[in-house]
Amino acid sequence: MTPKPSDESTGLPGLRTWRSVYTLVLITFAVWVVLLIALTRAFS
Amino acid sequence: MNGLDYAILLITILGIAAYGTWHTRQRRTFSTFLKGSGDTHWFVIGISVMATQASAVTFLSTPGQGYVGGLGFVQFYFGMPIALIIIAAVFLPIYRKLNVITAYEYLGRRFDMKTRLLGAVVFLLQRALGAGLTIYAPAIVLSKVLNWPLSATIIGSGLIVVIYTAVGGSDAVNATQKYQIAVIFAGMVAAFVILIVNLPAGLTMSDTLTIAGAMHKLEAVNFSTNPGLRYTFWSGTIAATFHMLAYFGTDQSQVQRYLTGSSLRESRLGLMFNAVCKIPMQFFILAIGVLLFVTYQFERPPIYFDQVGWKERTAQSDTAKTHDIDARFSQAHQQERQELQAWVQARHTGDHAAEAVARSAVMVAHEQVEAVRKEARLAVDPHDKRNDTDYIFITFILDHFPHGLIGLLVASFFAAALSAKSAELNALGSATIVDFYKPVLKPNASEQHYLAASRTFTVFWGMVSITFALCLSLAENLIQAVNIVGALFYPVMLSLFVVGFFMRRIGGTAVFWGGLTAQVVVLLLFFTVPDSRLSYLWYNVIGCLVCILVSAILQPALKTPLIPSPA
Repeated sequence: MTPKPSDESTGLPGLRTWRSVYTLVLITFAVWVVLLIALTRAFS
Repeated sequence: MNGLDYAILLITILGIAAYGTWHTRQRRTFSTFLKGSGDTHWFVIGISVMATQASAVTFLSTPGQGYVGGLGFVQFYFGMPIALIIIAAVFLPIYRKLNVITAYEYLGRRFDMKTRLLGAVVFLLQRALGAGLTIYAPAIVLSKVLNWPLSATIIGSGLIVVIYTAVGGSDAVNATQKYQIAVIFAGMVAAFVILIVNLPAGLTMSDTLTIAGAMHKLEAVNFSTNPGLRYTFWSGTIAATFHMLAYFGTDQSQVQRYLTGSSLRESRLGLMFNAVCKIPMQFFILAIGVLLFVTYQFERPPIYFDQVGWKERTAQSDTAKTHDIDARFSQAHQQERQELQAWVQARHTGDHAAEAVARSAVMVAHEQVEAVRKEARLAVDPHDKRNDTDYIFITFILDHFPHGLIGLLVASFFAAALSAKSAELNALGSATIVDFYKPVLKPNASEQHYLAASRTFTVFWGMVSITFALCLSLAENLIQAVNIVGALFYPVMLSLFVVGFFMRRIGGTAVFWGGLTAQVVVLLLFFTVPDSRLSYLWYNVIGCLVCILVSAILQPALKTPLIPSPA
């Protein structure tokens, strides 16, 4: 049986630390904002 | 709605409620009623957090917000990823380490009993008011579907939710939320597809976006620094971060959701799921509103979307006058449609000069339509304190959806209402028991007694929220009204925790008075400064800073002994 990941481990492939998870979330947020700005500029 | 719709509605709602009750039938202790069983997977936590925030209000009112104000409201959610990261990194480990049932328990351990009670009282006050608002959403749907007065449907839908919550508790909410949210998303996707299919013949997606853009519905990001503008990039990323920190980090209705996780990891991932998904989700719902707007430029909408309210009010006034408004509205709308068709034709032929002329003519015609609509609003309420935007989406559903799908979507609104409302009532009951009843009134009673008392308080708060809803007349649309009520009390709630977490040398008495001062300042701002000069989102920042400042100034003067920090 695979042991349960500890609280410190994220259990996500490729994202071993919580810092990397938070960074990915912030990058996703930034991408959304850029896309929304592009939409605003394109049709204003 | 026909028989098929009613059958789908009944089966869906009863099925969800019955499953929740069955699923949690053997978990009936005081602790599991309040906290859940503590074995919840991150995805269920994520859905539960999402469903608690995305109540029926979101699905009913946000398309109306998109119809009236365009995509700009999406900026309100810009603070959410930042806030959820702070909560996952700072707030959550402390709550889990202390194994608290309510967030306000932390205040008691870090400061003192009076600060804990202040946090709990402010929460109870704002959440009871908020619960009064969220009960509106299913009531509006019922009022529209059954053609009943709103007051009757508020009582009816309110009682259903109260019974559901009092019987099921926290686990029942969690157990069924994933199904409820699935029903909701199915309904929203169906709405989106039907809107796209229903666009007038010859109107391309590019035409649709151009029309929406020309009428300022696609201004998703605004960099204005005017604090009177509600939704800008700055209010979204700065002020809304404070708002979201308070809502997700200190509002028991949310804290209770993610504390049900089996580990810190599950709770964190549940929060990160929301941090990633919320902005696209809100964008999608607002986009439905924008599509509705374009659709209703080519198809005559009701002059006032709350048709029951319109008939009630106009029956009391001059019939000739209302008929005249209605006729002028038809005429103005017909004119606008013709101008729009001319504009689209000019776009397709590539005649830029004709396109510019047609575009100007559309703007003039649109202003005329809006002027007549305003006359209609004033005929319903001379003080213009009522609005019909919450009725826009449900009107479209009932007029355009095939039978069966209408039942599914109405069921989805009810499901969302059940989720959010039951989570709110559950949290109100929990905070009353854990922060007042148990420590102050009845410290040494049995588990069974507390479980029974929890249910009694859940019913009590349900009745309070129904009564509040009956007394309301909304000038704002629902989604904004809910956020405004939050912004009146969240600054104090948040600031107590911020001082607790980050200012280790400040004690209970200083922060208590700091919190009270901040509450007075926020209420003064609300009642004295017009919204056009200072938007409600900034109360979160100002209130929080006032509390921090007053606490820091008072602490040296008070010379009270500090309790060692619990975490």
